[in-house]
Amino acid sequence: MEQSSIITIQELIKRFPVGKGEFTALNGINLTFNTGEFVGIVGPSGSGKTTLLNIIGSLDTPSEGKAIVMGQSTGDLTTKSAAKLRKKYLGFIFQTYNLLPVYTVYENVEFPLLLLKMSSGERRKAVLDALEWLGMTDKIKSRPAQLSGGECQRVAIARAMVKKPEIVLADEPTANLDAANSHNILKMMLKLNEELKTTFIFATHDDKVIKYLKRKITLEDGKVVQDEFITK
Amino acid sequence: MIAFKLAFRNLVGAGLRTWLNVFVLSFIYILIIWQYGILDGWNHQANKDMKAWEVGNGQYWQENYDPYDFFTLEESHAKIPEVLQKASSEGVVTPILISQASVYPDGRIQSMLLKGINPDQKVIAVPSAELNVESEAMPAGSPTAGRTGHEIPVVIGRRMAKSCKLKVGDVTTIRWRDINGTFDAAEVKVAKVFNCNVPNVDAGQMYIPIEKLQEMMQAPDEATMFIIGKDFEMNETVSGWEYKDYDFLMTEMNEMMKMKKVGGSFLYVILLLLAMLAIFDTQVLSIFRRQKEIGTYIAMGMTRGQVVSLFTVEGAMHAILAVILGAIYGIPFLLWQLKIGYTMPAGSDDFGLAIAETIFPVYGLGLIITTVLLVLIITTIVSYMPARKISKMKPTDALKGKIQ
Repeated sequence: MEQSSIITIQELIKRFPVGKGEFTALNGINLTFNTGEFVGIVGPSGSGKTTLLNIIGSLDTPSEGKAIVMGQSTGDLTTKSAAKLRKKYLGFIFQTYNLLPVYTVYENVEFPLLLLKMSSGERRKAVLDALEWLGMTDKIKSRPAQLSGGECQRVAIARAMVKKPEIVLADEPTANLDAANSHNILKMMLKLNEELKTTFIFATHDDKVIKYLKRKITLEDGKVVQDEFITK
Repeated sequence: MIAFKLAFRNLVGAGLRTWLNVFVLSFIYILIIWQYGILDGWNHQANKDMKAWEVGNGQYWQENYDPYDFFTLEESHAKIPEVLQKASSEGVVTPILISQASVYPDGRIQSMLLKGINPDQKVIAVPSAELNVESEAMPAGSPTAGRTGHEIPVVIGRRMAKSCKLKVGDVTTIRWRDINGTFDAAEVKVAKVFNCNVPNVDAGQMYIPIEKLQEMMQAPDEATMFIIGKDFEMNETVSGWEYKDYDFLMTEMNEMMKMKKVGGSFLYVILLLLAMLAIFDTQVLSIFRRQKEIGTYIAMGMTRGQVVSLFTVEGAMHAILAVILGAIYGIPFLLWQLKIGYTMPAGSDDFGLAIAETIFPVYGLGLIITTVLLVLIITTIVSYMPARKISKMKPTDALKGKIQ
């Protein structure tokens, strides 16, 4: 199948004010991501992985250069347009799951669909499908506090996947999980990537994740030092 | 609609914290409605009683008459005009002659007003018919034995009876001054003690037949004022007499009720402030504690404006839930009060206002709607103020929970 580019990053620079000076988190990044990729951005702490993910996710804006996601330059978007982009095309998975604590599993997964104003019937079907993919149908009425870390992350994946987004951005998704849970989660994401052709971009320095990647981009001090496609 | 749905989920999910705020707010709703209901009920009852006992449908005052200046009483009487005499004989108005006098119960002296009233009048509720009793013959052995008409029958109110320690059948001495300035005295016998909620009709007053008072004051066919009944309408002016309409006569009472309402408002303003403080604190704490949640909302595609709306609606929804909770326990309570009324504390009839022993509240739709809207609007404003901070949050900082 021919792959098309859904993310293009051109000469991206991101600086943060630190005291009276500035810290350059990303320095001249040029990357292209195609549909259906399973990519890991790896590197030590402070190398700029999360910053790059935030810019791709239109949660942050570049200081210079461009990040074009689904044909839209995130730096030029209004807050409303950026929200629309995230709502329609992007799914997020966080290291600390970020589930809404007062909602049940069902309600957490349903949340992105409420924002998309889907009908209740469509929502129900999509939520149950997503929970079935992740094997969480028996925990529908549980609240996050009643779940284990692995289960929470599975709910977070279901929430990210329920609207079948084009891109899933996962920031250290296995950092809080043990080895068994990490492998399970990664296998599930890989399966979803292969079945739904969703592009997965990870920020990670976890070796367990790296084993599953089809492409590994290594960042150091805000620069791409290696970009390799892994054939298995 | 999404904001309402999510806000409802968040509030219900927050559990006890929500319900404590909601309970305090619902209590305030009920307290405001009850308190204003009692004041409105009091007002309604006082208006009714004052109309029935004192002011009628308006009055004609002799031009010198000033109820606040007793020194005018000596000059504030005049011959009854023909037109009012005619109306009086038809029973649609009733003349009242007023004189200053003193009463000597058990040898004590007490100032009072002597009011001459037509025993057959039906315009006001004073039981003047009791004045129609025949004077009894004096008992044998007394200096005036065998004479009748010695004691003048009088009716007095409960307050007057209490202050003079008089009861039905008691005889006491009164002293007055006629229009020529001559003092005279007589004995009166209490024919009736009536119960009345209007202190102006009752306290420090004695009602005697008007013809008798005219005779005592040497002012035949004279009166100080006329009370108008419901079937009387006169368009012409009466020379030497001033017409006072019902609204004018009720001005003082209505002003006092307004003052009572303002005074009564302090309690609920304090309660409302406490509730608003609780909601404000809850909102500030929420925004601080729920930074990651706010970041997550934004990451999932909500705009910052939508998140501000969500938090504002969450706060305002306390007031909506309070309406529901308040209805659950408040409606039975308010209906129960409507049925049994509120018994005023002992001694409240000495306030100088027309107060019934039991006040039945009046709950108007306007009162309920105004109360609900007032609390809802204030709660929304109080909820919005801290929520505005969200619009300045960077989503990346919110996701990390880094905002101080």
